[in-house]
Amino acid sequence: MPRAATVLRLGALALLIAFLAKPQSFAPLFAPLAQYGAPPIYDQGNLLSLALAQLGTVCLAAAASTLVAVGLGVLVTRPSGAQFLPLSRTLVNIGQTFPPVAVLAVAVPLVGFGEKPTLIALFAYGLLPIFENTLVGLKTVPGAVLEAASGMGMSARQRLLAVELPLAMPLILEGVRLSLVINVGTATIGSTVAAKGLGEVIIAGLLSSNTAFILQGGLVTGLMAILLYDGMAALERRLLRSVALD
Amino acid sequence: MITVEKLTKRYGETTVVDEVSFTVERGSITVIVGTSGSGKSTLLRMINRLIEPSSGRVLLDGRDTRSEPAHLLRRRIGYVIQGHGLFPHRTVAENIATVPRLLGWQEARIEARVRELLTVFSLDPAVYAQALPHQLSGGQQQRVGVARALAAEPVVLLMDEPFGALDPIIRAKAQDDLLDIQGRFGTTVVLVTHDMDEAFRLGDRVAVMSGGKLLQYDRPAELLVHPADPFVSRMTGLAERAMRLLSLITAGEAALPGAAEGPAVAPTATLREVLSELVWSGADAARVVDADGTVRGRLTVAAILARGAP
Repeated sequence: MPRAATVLRLGALALLIAFLAKPQSFAPLFAPLAQYGAPPIYDQGNLLSLALAQLGTVCLAAAASTLVAVGLGVLVTRPSGAQFLPLSRTLVNIGQTFPPVAVLAVAVPLVGFGEKPTLIALFAYGLLPIFENTLVGLKTVPGAVLEAASGMGMSARQRLLAVELPLAMPLILEGVRLSLVINVGTATIGSTVAAKGLGEVIIAGLLSSNTAFILQGGLVTGLMAILLYDGMAALERRLLRSVALD
Repeated sequence: MITVEKLTKRYGETTVVDEVSFTVERGSITVIVGTSGSGKSTLLRMINRLIEPSSGRVLLDGRDTRSEPAHLLRRRIGYVIQGHGLFPHRTVAENIATVPRLLGWQEARIEARVRELLTVFSLDPAVYAQALPHQLSGGQQQRVGVARALAAEPVVLLMDEPFGALDPIIRAKAQDDLLDIQGRFGTTVVLVTHDMDEAFRLGDRVAVMSGGKLLQYDRPAELLVHPADPFVSRMTGLAERAMRLLSLITAGEAALPGAAEGPAVAPTATLREVLSELVWSGADAARVVDADGTVRGRLTVAAILARGAP
């Protein structure tokens, strides 16, 4: 990674931490955006705890999406599960095309307000990239490698765990990263059904015509998404340095 | 010892392998040759049950191969394929340790075996044990593939066009290595190829397949002198049969007593090579000389030519 880019990322991270820790010290910066003496910094809750709550929801949803999407991907690439490929693909596609807002609307009557409907919406929305990447990852393991694994006497399970999944891992992680980043932004809508998160700040700004609030919610969410993306990418590179890509 | 009895594989109406029977002696090399689609690879894969036969059976040292689960059977049988199929995410040492790990060997025993094999295959353990497959040359990858197949001391080694992806010089070296290693470990080898030169060079016995049928299973010289079928003659090459016959006899075996002038040849050289040398140098006879300089005898052009006729 070029040095300048690393410096920029570390700078962004420092800025984010500084803002979340001491938002009031940034008040002069946002003051021109707040009209008629409105507070320039969100004051109806702790920004740090809102950001952490949103991150937590997103990570929980991503963990569930990963478990289900990778599980489905493994199932439909086994000879016995191949017939479920069209069905699985349809299901995860619906998860992606059904708008998360609509999922919230459907979920609230079933599970009530709060975190749960948001988790459901993000879970469904995050399935597709992980599922498709798992499929591609598993299907592109070279045939000679699979044949060698079976020829050596690995059972189907050993072959999956020791050969197929490790070789598909770079693509699976890429899918997880994509899903995480999409959902950091999407999670803000959870605040419409009373889930804790930065959407609260944006909505408060919209209701009181306070551009400073809207910008704060948006910027913090955006920075979190960018840093999460880069952090995951760096983690992948570290984890997968041993996976030869020749 | 491998006994193949009326082994058959059908896919719907198509019969890929048709009632093939033969026996492979312990410690010998059997080469299965045939054109593409002759069923030779299918036959090989039925021995380790990567493909399940439609009918017939395979006995390994008298025991039916279906008497145990397929993956357990395969741990006792070495398997080498074209393009080696090394695990790209594992080091050379880990690749070689695959079957011993599956069998639950002690770590110290695995490590010793890996070192031994790397040394046998002229790969310095200090340099190559921790290397990843993509850091090796094609010839080295192929050697690691064979080392991995031999790691758990299998009694049988199956090889499916193992040298097909190598260039001619590395292939010749790989064939020499195989003969050397087979002699050292006494492994029973069944090798599939479409290269007749390879078959004659390596095989104690050669099986010629066409259209799923085993046309002839015999010593290489017998295939030349008594072909069972016109297809066998075509495979062995009518125009070259005399030279092929000469390539099956070494100078040491054919040497006549007495001394001679002329070029020196090693006892391990084939008569084909000696004849070529004589034609090139314009000499009438060659001296067969050991590595330590002892003269073993002489070979005249006439004596060589006499061995090239049935």
